[in-house]
Amino acid sequence: MSAPLYGLVLTGGRSTRMGQDKAALRVNGRTQLEHALALLAPHVARAFVSVRADQRADPLRAGFEQIEDGRAGLGPIAGILAAQERYPDSAWLVLACDLPLLDAATLEFLLRARAPERLATAYRSSHDHLPEPLCAVYEPASHAALAAYVAGGRNCPRKFLMGADVHLLDEPNPRALDNTNTPEEYAAAMSMMGEAASAPSRRVTVQYFALLREQAGLGTESLVTAARTPRELYAELAHRYPFTLDPAVLRVAINSEFGDWSAPLSDGDAIVFIPPVAGG
Amino acid sequence: MSAPFHFVRTPIDAGLLRATLADPACGGYAAFEGWVRDHNEGQRVRHLEYEAYESLAVREAERIIAEAVARFGVSHAACAHRVGDLAVGELAVWVGVSAPHRDEAFRACRYIIDEIKHRLPIWKKEHYQNGDSGWVNCERCAAPAHDHEPGHARLATRS
Repeated sequence: MSAPLYGLVLTGGRSTRMGQDKAALRVNGRTQLEHALALLAPHVARAFVSVRADQRADPLRAGFEQIEDGRAGLGPIAGILAAQERYPDSAWLVLACDLPLLDAATLEFLLRARAPERLATAYRSSHDHLPEPLCAVYEPASHAALAAYVAGGRNCPRKFLMGADVHLLDEPNPRALDNTNTPEEYAAAMSMMGEAASAPSRRVTVQYFALLREQAGLGTESLVTAARTPRELYAELAHRYPFTLDPAVLRVAINSEFGDWSAPLSDGDAIVFIPPVAGG
Repeated sequence: MSAPFHFVRTPIDAGLLRATLADPACGGYAAFEGWVRDHNEGQRVRHLEYEAYESLAVREAERIIAEAVARFGVSHAACAHRVGDLAVGELAVWVGVSAPHRDEAFRACRYIIDEIKHRLPIWKKEHYQNGDSGWVNCERCAAPAHDHEPGHARLATRS
């Protein structure tokens, strides 16, 4: 049985390269802190903001449940340790506050793939294939290993995950975890979001049959996707599952009728990818 | 008249289906039965599994039957297809057509079974005597499997 899940948004960084508080930067009309908390909310029993002692009264952070990280200078790993010390029986879904491109689908996929018997579940970066420590689930059992790691004089959470028993996943959306440490990165992310805003994500149901059902490991699922067409959706799913069938040999059905690979997907659509048939 | 097409989970009763096509105005009746064969492409088949996307398959089959009636001017046509596990020798698909004369009955029957095979979302998994199994028409267009770890991106570079 898996431990209850609490959420933690890390806001204790110094934002030195950004030149202003990253948690306060705006994304889609709200602060990055509010954006991260809103993404966490549907998945966790309680959500906390990780703060430094001198941030407790900060108006941006004051309205939320806080956990103070007591180890100055250690970076994000201190925030994770402090949360685990406060609620040792909970697992922690930890998010950085500077992930403006993080989407609901990416979090949903992480939590669906969560492996409570491992120390953590995390994404492999689409850029360098190393673990992404700041959009990850840390199980209660990871605390002892993390504390020992820090006691050994180390504080890099990515290197901790590289050496630990961690379930690693490929990102369904390869830009979702792009973080923004500089004004240039923030501007690039905002520009990408401008493009994304014209194609918002939608919830669709996908039903799998025959070989695709076996390769997906499930018969049906409901998912949030940024894919605009069945073609983009299949490409996204082929990234998630070990599909061997090229889309060129498949047909697609939308809402129980044969459909077009480039038809626009709408919220609530039921999609079936049809492998080569063999009736009769 | 009963539904012109349906899926069946238990053995198909061809006699019962034939009776639904009876009509004093018809002088000809043609039927096709597809049976489970004990071999395919050099492999000894032990049993079969049929799976269908039923809601779409039923609609498409009804369209096929309506096409056959319109195109060949037959009086009645019907079809039943099994799903689930089937043993060698069992009836997998049945098509029947009745018409005033034999020629249109034969041709409509042939049309229906050919279209059913190509157009209906139905899949067949063969289980072989040597313990292997495979989805017919799917395994050869598949790239060789490397590993089955979830999240492994094999088609990621295609768009």
